[in-house]
Amino acid sequence: MNIWDPTHECISRDELEQLQLERLQATINRVNKNVVHYRKQFNDLSVVPEDMISLTDLSKLPLTSKDDINRNYPYGMFAVPLREVVRIHSSSGIGAKPMVAGYTKNDIRIWSNLVARFMTAAGVTHDDLVQVTFHYGLFTGAFGLHYGAETIGASVIPMGTGNTERQIMIMQDYKSTVLVSTPSYALELAFRLEQLGINPKSLSLKVGLLGGEPWSETMRTQIEQGLAINATDNYGLSEVIGPGIAGECSCKNGLHLYEDAFLPEIIDPDTGKVLPAGQEGELVITTLTKEAFPLIRYRTRDITSLDYAPCACGRTLVRMKRISRRSDDMLIIRGVNVYPSQIQEAVFGAVQGEAPYQIVIERTAAMDSMEVIIEITDKIFALELQKQRSFLELVKKRITSITGINASVKLVEANSIPRQEGKIKRVLDRRKI
Amino acid sequence: MLRIKNINTFYGQVHAIKNISLHLAEGEIVTLIGANGAGKTTLLNSLSGIVPPKTGQILFNETEINHLAPHKIVRMGVSQVPEGRQVFKPLSVEDNLELGAYLNYGIKGGKAQAKKDMEMVYELFPILRQRRKQLAGTLSGGEQQMLAIGRALMAKPRLLLLDEPSMGLAPMIVQEILKVIANLSREKKTTILLVEQNARAALKIAHRGYVLETGRLILEGTADELLENKDVQRAYLGRDKKEIWER
Repeated sequence: MNIWDPTHECISRDELEQLQLERLQATINRVNKNVVHYRKQFNDLSVVPEDMISLTDLSKLPLTSKDDINRNYPYGMFAVPLREVVRIHSSSGIGAKPMVAGYTKNDIRIWSNLVARFMTAAGVTHDDLVQVTFHYGLFTGAFGLHYGAETIGASVIPMGTGNTERQIMIMQDYKSTVLVSTPSYALELAFRLEQLGINPKSLSLKVGLLGGEPWSETMRTQIEQGLAINATDNYGLSEVIGPGIAGECSCKNGLHLYEDAFLPEIIDPDTGKVLPAGQEGELVITTLTKEAFPLIRYRTRDITSLDYAPCACGRTLVRMKRISRRSDDMLIIRGVNVYPSQIQEAVFGAVQGEAPYQIVIERTAAMDSMEVIIEITDKIFALELQKQRSFLELVKKRITSITGINASVKLVEANSIPRQEGKIKRVLDRRKI
Repeated sequence: MLRIKNINTFYGQVHAIKNISLHLAEGEIVTLIGANGAGKTTLLNSLSGIVPPKTGQILFNETEINHLAPHKIVRMGVSQVPEGRQVFKPLSVEDNLELGAYLNYGIKGGKAQAKKDMEMVYELFPILRQRRKQLAGTLSGGEQQMLAIGRALMAKPRLLLLDEPSMGLAPMIVQEILKVIANLSREKKTTILLVEQNARAALKIAHRGYVLETGRLILEGTADELLENKDVQRAYLGRDKKEIWER
């Protein structure tokens, strides 16, 4: 069983805690010096960096939320001048503006090596051909896996999203051995293979590195059978680094969280209090190695628990339970993070006022679709038919430009969306994972 | 092998080392980078017991040494090569080296061992053998530096603390001394904490490094990462000295 970075992945708890303390202190010193947001927060609480004498002192510092990042849009929370940044990625914020993450050269290198860890853990070697079906763009997924594969020395096929037939053709002809995708797209591929009458065993695929959205063990079984692969889960957030925060080993019993680079805490999402080891709560991450965009106690909004028991694979890093739900209303549609507040922004912006609406999410075969249903208001009713149609187009466009994904939009009669105690259920998620 | 947790060191009222934690693994070369007055020498002096830290903990092979007197720390295997060499100028090279083994003289077989160690030093620095009867004060700067390192090695250190070994030396000599330091780590498995103004040269032979700024650690990383870091480049590698905040 291969381990990419045994020095760090198999480090003793004692040595790890020393390293974490050193890196935490250095990170706090750097943000206190270079990031106004943190310096101000520390000042307000009368905390000085010298107060951090153990890892548990971290809980003296305030939590960082998406709101904080939003308020400092776009570069306010960078700890280095912009010209030292060699890459910019972003992910959905809560409103119309995205969250911007910057990387220095070192950040990219460290990121690549973190991704190489879970790729190696899944059995990927320099002999493999890695087909990346993530979207190359502001989204971190494609680049992260791309760099990880190159760092290992594997060959990368940077396919990008979509065109399932073509993906299958490349898979057959180029003899791809590793599939990088969202779990739902892996399932979609499996369905399509079946439709086309292609035996998955006739492909060269052996490993699936799946991430970007929550998935269940049932889905894993379907994917593993449908594609004849070994499928592992990996975890990441674009604003923290992208993929490479945690990844499964061959034991598939939780994701090893790379604690030498990220210090995890589990908090009660309501009170913000740190919960004892093993309890379920919201994951909070402090970055320990990031240069351009360090984050202190960042609320991921993902609900999980941490297991410090040793793992059979030999890695000593803590295992995180697979993410099952969130502590906020974020939706993950085809691997893209979408907030209902973003949809509201798009709808109300187009209506130039308020209108009753509902977001309906469905999964047919393995593809997610989002529909926004808007009730006709007097204002919309007053429009001519032609203009009503262009109004729908406008809403669609706004949704795409804010969230980056396509949605269908339809108008319905006033008061036709079912209400409970006079309220419309904002999101109707009909997916079964 | 060495583990420092939260040490704070003062010179009178001056808080020179602010809550520093760092570690060295067996056989590693780790370099401390920082501007003048950042606290590099103070950190070494805290380790060797010359200016003991006021608070915090220094563990050397799991033994707490922060309350020990300097000679006891030397006996445990920590030797310091001070800044500006500080060899005993009126004494011969050989006498200087013998003084380095002073603490081991009382031990049974100490003298014989010292003879052997002196041979080892002469092998490392052949020029010192030629000069062994000469007074240390008549040596060139580079030779004095070699002598200072040799003297520290006579105490059979497991951890060698080197303070600015390249200071005031010609580039050729610097190369030679750094080569010997790299060899000490590779062949003799001596663990080395190296303080250097010449950050680029130090990072070339080091495995890891820490960056100190006004008494605080602001960065830890592999030598490669630090060489690539713009802060390090700007401040210590003499590249682009513009203002940081220019957004």
